[in-house]
Amino acid sequence: MTIIERPSTEVAIAGGAPSGVKPSEALGVFKRPAASTSWRDWVVTVDHKKLGIMYGVTAFFFFIVGGVEALLIRLQLIAPDGKVLNADQYNQMFTMHATTMVFLFVMPMAAAFANYFVPLQIGARDVAFPRINAFGFWCFLFGGLFLNSSWFLGGGADGGWFMYAPNSSTLFSPSHGIDFWTLGLQITGIASLTGAINLIVTVLNMRAPGMKMMRMPIFTWMVLVTQFLLLFAIPVITVALFLLTFQRSFDATFFDVASGADPLLWQHLFWIFGHPEVYIMILPSFGIISEVIPVFSKKPLFGYPIVAMSGAAIGFVGWGVWAHHMFASGLGPVSVTVFSMATMAIAVPTGVKIVNWVMTMWGGKLSFTVPMMFAIALVVQFTIGGLSGVTHAVAPSDTQQTDTYYIVAHFHYVLFGGAVFGLFSGFYYWWPKMFRRQLNNAIGKWNFWLMVIGMNLTFGPMHILGLQGQPRRMMVWTEARAGEGFFNFGFWNRVASIGSFILGIGVLLFLVNIIYTHKSKKVAISPLDPWDARTLEWMTHNPPQEHNFDTIPTVGHLDEFFHRKYETDSSTHAVTQVQSAEEVMAELNAHPDEHIHMPSRSYWPILLALSLPVIGYGLIYNRMLMAVGAAMVLLTMFGWSMEPSTSPDEDFDPPAPGEGGGHTKELSPLG
Amino acid sequence: MFLGSECLLFGGLISTYMLYKGRVNAGPQPDQIFDIPFTSVSSFILLMSSLTMVLAVSAAQRKDERNMNLWLVVTALLGATFVGGQVYEFTSFYREGLGFTTSLFGSSFYTLTGFHGVHVSVGIIMLMALVGMNRNKRIPGDRAEVVELIGLYWHFVDIVWIIIFTLVYLIPS
Repeated sequence: MTIIERPSTEVAIAGGAPSGVKPSEALGVFKRPAASTSWRDWVVTVDHKKLGIMYGVTAFFFFIVGGVEALLIRLQLIAPDGKVLNADQYNQMFTMHATTMVFLFVMPMAAAFANYFVPLQIGARDVAFPRINAFGFWCFLFGGLFLNSSWFLGGGADGGWFMYAPNSSTLFSPSHGIDFWTLGLQITGIASLTGAINLIVTVLNMRAPGMKMMRMPIFTWMVLVTQFLLLFAIPVITVALFLLTFQRSFDATFFDVASGADPLLWQHLFWIFGHPEVYIMILPSFGIISEVIPVFSKKPLFGYPIVAMSGAAIGFVGWGVWAHHMFASGLGPVSVTVFSMATMAIAVPTGVKIVNWVMTMWGGKLSFTVPMMFAIALVVQFTIGGLSGVTHAVAPSDTQQTDTYYIVAHFHYVLFGGAVFGLFSGFYYWWPKMFRRQLNNAIGKWNFWLMVIGMNLTFGPMHILGLQGQPRRMMVWTEARAGEGFFNFGFWNRVASIGSFILGIGVLLFLVNIIYTHKSKKVAISPLDPWDARTLEWMTHNPPQEHNFDTIPTVGHLDEFFHRKYETDSSTHAVTQVQSAEEVMAELNAHPDEHIHMPSRSYWPILLALSLPVIGYGLIYNRMLMAVGAAMVLLTMFGWSMEPSTSPDEDFDPPAPGEGGGHTKELSPLG
Repeated sequence: MFLGSECLLFGGLISTYMLYKGRVNAGPQPDQIFDIPFTSVSSFILLMSSLTMVLAVSAAQRKDERNMNLWLVVTALLGATFVGGQVYEFTSFYREGLGFTTSLFGSSFYTLTGFHGVHVSVGIIMLMALVGMNRNKRIPGDRAEVVELIGLYWHFVDIVWIIIFTLVYLIPS
């Protein structure tokens, strides 16, 4: 179903091609999947909004998985001589916890928001390559499942999330866990890479008329920076993973110190990827709260160009700081000094952002809704994490802190207090846009406070533990060696474990809130513009129609939607409302575009993605299976390229005169 | 739009290759086994295939079907010759005692050139598919654009080979 004829917009959602029109099967092997409302539609969809929701649901599932792993770790450490896990299981648990949270929750959750909202925020009807977008999602899902299937096939990876070689070679880790890890991340890496290309091209080429780069919402800006980081970081980890795979599966000698390999090689490769990765995780959340804070302060973002540019600056400098993860490895004084300085320098643009958020709130009419509370919590908690980060930049103190709980405390403050709070802010802020209902405020506040208290109880004591010298991956502590008085290990470990369960309950309340909001009859449908928002994505229906905008808006301002609703008196600076959100919508949609081409659904993305884990299992168990997987890749790629990305025009009514299929071309490059 | 995204993709690939490059010089260097004249010839063949690819693209833009198909096939053949030369080279190196697992140099040499060989092979498959699809008139969208894209890919792989050839074979350790 590719063409939506006016004025039958309902068809767009309900599905079904215009009557008398049959999708063509002349050009594809399969019949073009027709639109439907069943689960099948989700399998073949190329709609960026549906894919965004699928990313979100899958990532949240992995969040729960990773969370359970974390709780098991804390359960082990709640009392002396913990017996919950044995040493091997404990190794697997912290490795998989970190891997899951980083690669299967934070990154894809950011991708979920990016997929859903970037096209809406720049006034596009879909991403540039819709089928590649679908392919990316399926790669992520299958890669994640592949990675986690190791639990049932001999145990998970156990080398720590940065999997230092040669410690990760077969000699030290004979199980298949690390093989699953390398191949699983390879597959999810494909997802990130395709997603990055897709979103960059979308942002650079598909902005609505008048939407200059410096009129883009900050969230879109931050996503753009993130995707550039991904684009250059993913190949590096790909190389590292390939080397490790070759080492483990084909006896290559990259990390074999006996034959002269440099044990720092892996560390360099991993952290050249790994440090940009940190910004990949945090910048989308910065973007989200840069949307949320102005809306609930009733003020434009303070210093918009500076926020955008400091995001880009973080992106650049982020490439020059990787070795600060390796201060303890004996790099030599010059490199340590250089990387130490660079690391301190990167605190500057980050600090600039924090100042901007605070200045946005300064003198604003604040309303403490749940998304705003999460956003403020991000500013506070991230500042704490940022400050402890600066203490790592000082190389002498870092050598003291390396591999202690102090590091654990630091990165949980920036990742949980930063990235995750930003994502939760996004959930609450955009929920009415995606699902027509506002999440319940009261449960939301409980959710918020339990998470904040839980997180501080969990990760706050880790600063103390770390400075006292508790090593990072210690699996058990004993009463005899815990020390005495205020600073003893036992007390603070107990506090941290209790805190982690409060945190867990907080997250559980979020699920309760979702169920309550959607099952309870009392929750009303949200108004069109519940938050009095500022950006383009709110100029669509809740949830947006398949083609997003009936008319592509022409943008004249930063915060376009705000400027359509309000007028500012130039002499007194008094702001008066001239239009309601509904009136803005009505005005915009008074003359809907006559001919809208949307990309057609396709089976190929899921089939191609499905063949990748086959190769993975083949590499681990049976080389024949690998050949089968490779053949599947080849066949599905051919099938894909034979299928035009939109059903050909002759199946439908001829394009309107003067239109010349312009939209088709715009939306359908080989994608 | 295409160009932008392709350039970015290549940017990512190039950074990958630059990393490989560093690796090549890390190990013990049995550079006696290189046969520079032989590799030079096969490099020349690969470079010539870039020329034929240009001819194919220009033919596609002139909508000159016959020449386009002809040059595409020639390009693919030249590429296949190069891959054949690489296979021959690998086997002769192997006979001279440089296995994949022999040394760091062995591992990184085969990985680097092998990855490049895979890229060339993928390029050949794309070229042949293009010819086949063109025969059956099954290329969706703008044909010249598709040919140009594959051409870009092909040139990129060639340029990477120039870098590899210089770094691995020509610069003495």
